[in-house]
Amino acid sequence: MSNKFIGKSVKRVEDKRFITGRGRYTDDIVLPGMTYAYILRSPYAHARIKSIDTSAAEAMEGVVTIMTGEEVGHYGVPCGWQVNFKNGDTMKEPPHPLLVKDKVRHVGDAVAMVVAESRELAQDAAEAIIIDYEVLPAVIDASKAVEEGAPLVHEDVPNNICFDWEIGNPKEEVDAAMASASHITTLEFVNQRLAPNAMEPRSYIGQYDSVYDKYTLYTSTQNPHLIRLLMCAFVLGLPEHKVRVVGPDVGGGFGSKIYHYTEEALVTLASKKIGRPVKWTETRSEAFLTDAHGRDHVTKAEMGFDADGKIVGLRIKTFANLGAYLSTFSTAVPTYLHGTLLQGLYTTPKIHLDMTCVFTNTTAVDAYRGAGRPEATYLLERLLDLSALEMGVDPTELRLKNFIPAFDGVTQPGYQTNVALQYDSGNYHGVLQRGLEMLGYEDFRKAQAEAATTNKLLGVGFSTYIEACGIAPSAVVGSLGARAGLYEVGQVRVQPTGKVSVFTGAHSHGQGHETTFAQVVADRLGIPMEDVDIVHGDSDTVAFGMGTYGSRSLAVGGSAIVKSLDKIIEKGAKIAAHKLECSVDDIEFIDGKFTVKGTDKSLGFGDIALTAYVPHVYPANLEPGLDFSSFYDPTNFTYPFGCHIAVVEVDKETGTTKIKRFIAVDDVGNVINPMIVDGQIHGGLAQGIGQALFEGVEYDENGQIINASYMDYTMPRADDFPMFELDRQVTPCPHNPLGVKGAGEAGCIGSTPAVTNAVIDALWSVGHKVKDIRMPLTSERVWRAMQS
Amino acid sequence: MPKITVTVNGTSHTSEVEGRLLLVHYLRDTLHLTGTHVGCDTSSCGACTIHLDGKAVKSCSMLAAQADGSTITTIEGLATGNELHPLQEGFKEEHGLQCGFCTPGMIMCAADLLSHNPNPSEQEIREGLEGNICRCTGYHNIVRAIQYAANKSLVVSE
Repeated sequence: MSNKFIGKSVKRVEDKRFITGRGRYTDDIVLPGMTYAYILRSPYAHARIKSIDTSAAEAMEGVVTIMTGEEVGHYGVPCGWQVNFKNGDTMKEPPHPLLVKDKVRHVGDAVAMVVAESRELAQDAAEAIIIDYEVLPAVIDASKAVEEGAPLVHEDVPNNICFDWEIGNPKEEVDAAMASASHITTLEFVNQRLAPNAMEPRSYIGQYDSVYDKYTLYTSTQNPHLIRLLMCAFVLGLPEHKVRVVGPDVGGGFGSKIYHYTEEALVTLASKKIGRPVKWTETRSEAFLTDAHGRDHVTKAEMGFDADGKIVGLRIKTFANLGAYLSTFSTAVPTYLHGTLLQGLYTTPKIHLDMTCVFTNTTAVDAYRGAGRPEATYLLERLLDLSALEMGVDPTELRLKNFIPAFDGVTQPGYQTNVALQYDSGNYHGVLQRGLEMLGYEDFRKAQAEAATTNKLLGVGFSTYIEACGIAPSAVVGSLGARAGLYEVGQVRVQPTGKVSVFTGAHSHGQGHETTFAQVVADRLGIPMEDVDIVHGDSDTVAFGMGTYGSRSLAVGGSAIVKSLDKIIEKGAKIAAHKLECSVDDIEFIDGKFTVKGTDKSLGFGDIALTAYVPHVYPANLEPGLDFSSFYDPTNFTYPFGCHIAVVEVDKETGTTKIKRFIAVDDVGNVINPMIVDGQIHGGLAQGIGQALFEGVEYDENGQIINASYMDYTMPRADDFPMFELDRQVTPCPHNPLGVKGAGEAGCIGSTPAVTNAVIDALWSVGHKVKDIRMPLTSERVWRAMQS
Repeated sequence: MPKITVTVNGTSHTSEVEGRLLLVHYLRDTLHLTGTHVGCDTSSCGACTIHLDGKAVKSCSMLAAQADGSTITTIEGLATGNELHPLQEGFKEEHGLQCGFCTPGMIMCAADLLSHNPNPSEQEIREGLEGNICRCTGYHNIVRAIQYAANKSLVVSE
């Protein structure tokens, strides 16, 4: 153990290839004899396919093969999480075929795949395919899809309901608590649908080698092993040892690249069929139609308070839109990743969520950065600030009055919520108080009062959030319907010279694992960072893995590596004791040396490594070699939390909102690399603020996305933000060896309600007592709110 | 098919290209310079930004045939031997990249900005990046990376 790297802002080792243009993303890969696929998609949201004629297309120049639902429609991609109805019935799980042959269910549903000698020739041929559609009425809005007489997305799913679900205290108890309240704040709102928009469009290459009877899939994925497992065991029935899945450099994911997509199986099948590699890369417009979206909740929430301002109850009804098909983790998001976070940071004694999850003629919805926790946080934090306005009390005092008291999870127990989870450790007052110091709260209120007399109104919005990362343990999530384990794998292979190769099942697509993980390994072994190589993303080199999502990589994947490092050091100590002729109990490992306690007799890590591989002077009954693999299955989630404060300026005449300041005090447990953690927070803030002010997938009544391009879907740009003001509090996670909690999603979870709250606060400062403005808070919507 | 001659990163290339071939696809598919990326199909994201005759252009918004006779620099040609360009160094030092996909376009755009305005204010940098989208960094450290490069270049030129 040494302390040279952990806690330091070490510059990233992966940067060189990206800043010199030598990154290797899937679409950069060219294989000998490669062909190119184009997928013909439905232009209608809901239509019956009466006929498909591919004959003209098949005769065109450069066409190698054309596949339709007739050939591959019996294959379909699975859902990875089973949730049951309140009455115990299994959720409705209609098939999601690779190519549709009977009925298309959303704009972009895949109907045929053309494989040709070039991308352009494939697209040319696709235009010559004739499909006769009978257009059917479509249903887009989740709350309308459940009404009697609504079009059915799947004929065998009554009222389009995939399942209904509830969590919390018994409904009667919550009703009684609400009846006793002296004030109830009611908020009806939409948490709008978002497009994740990782900058790299999805790209896949299927390659079948007939000599070795082996498949390789290159894929822009967040979890190569999971894709292999799903595709082999649940879709195509291929033997896993004959399938290699590689996730090379991946240009961002934010959840959208977790899932097993139909096109991964299609290029794999097509490659086998034609005996040549097949590449498919989506266009951005295609990404809007087919990459799983996020959010899309319609909610009515009520929060009750007693006369002292203590929360007495929380009652919620939400419709969650799942889209036309079940994406891999879609069913877990509105339920176990959302309902379980409704305690927030508060001692609310009675909570009930009634959730209905619904099919519509829209793109599938799944986890997008935060995945359920942003929806829970938005609900709670909007209610807190709005309640303060309605009751005429300060929003920060209202929070302080209702916060769960600090607990470390070691000398004090974890906090048992009313919605299943047990928080690990927390100090919620601390982050709010630090945020208020940074804001200069009293001065702000004075400035706000002055601004109220001008055309540039000021508002402040608060959000004190909690989230849950590193979803686990496997046995618990299995009992809740997960169809996979949620451990991680970390292998540490010490080479004979003492250099170290680490194989992790986590996958880095921007998070900087090659740096952070190497910092941990170098410090634990007392060796230089350049002696450590982090290998990820290839199922042929990494034993197994569950991948990267839910801010789990360091908390779960890092812990698996630490387990293996512990085994390395334990074995090293035995070898050292033998060579130094002492008891193993007398060996201590400090700064890369195995030393006999209280003496100057020691052996370096490199000496021990060499001895392990050249075991001439070696303990009896000890295997040679220094190479361990570990599975780490956490005992609990981790629970980062924090305080986000937005200060906005609202133009009274135009409704235009400008972020003047954004303060974020986050507690993500111990921090290995502050620079990287800050970077994760920055990016999360941009996406969270993006939801509040700019973003939203808009459907028309026919199911067409009317903003399915970067020309039309407003992405945050550099001049939309000020410099973010960050600080950190550290409350270590008590149940993993690194004490880390996860930082990938926190920025996106906390920030959104802070912005909306700030705009509402600005409006109330001049007497516009509006409860809600629908996100994104465009200038038009804010302006209209001020006219009401 | 049109025949074009272009000088890319100091090397002359003569190719027959399909009339509809975009410059970005010529660079990526014909010359195998895959550091220039395609992030959208509406000229909105800037991941494909290169320098054409010394000016930043989005290589998805012109045909390869239109580039005939021009001199092009891509991200692969920005460093001088093993010595990184100050912007490349700045992006590393200030953690101006995460997934790296937008990074080449960001750097090429910023290089053009600094060539016109060697000492830009924060607001000028932010406005200069209007045509480039990053989904990872929130732009915070990209702005710092460009400030780093500007400061370093000023010191060098003094």
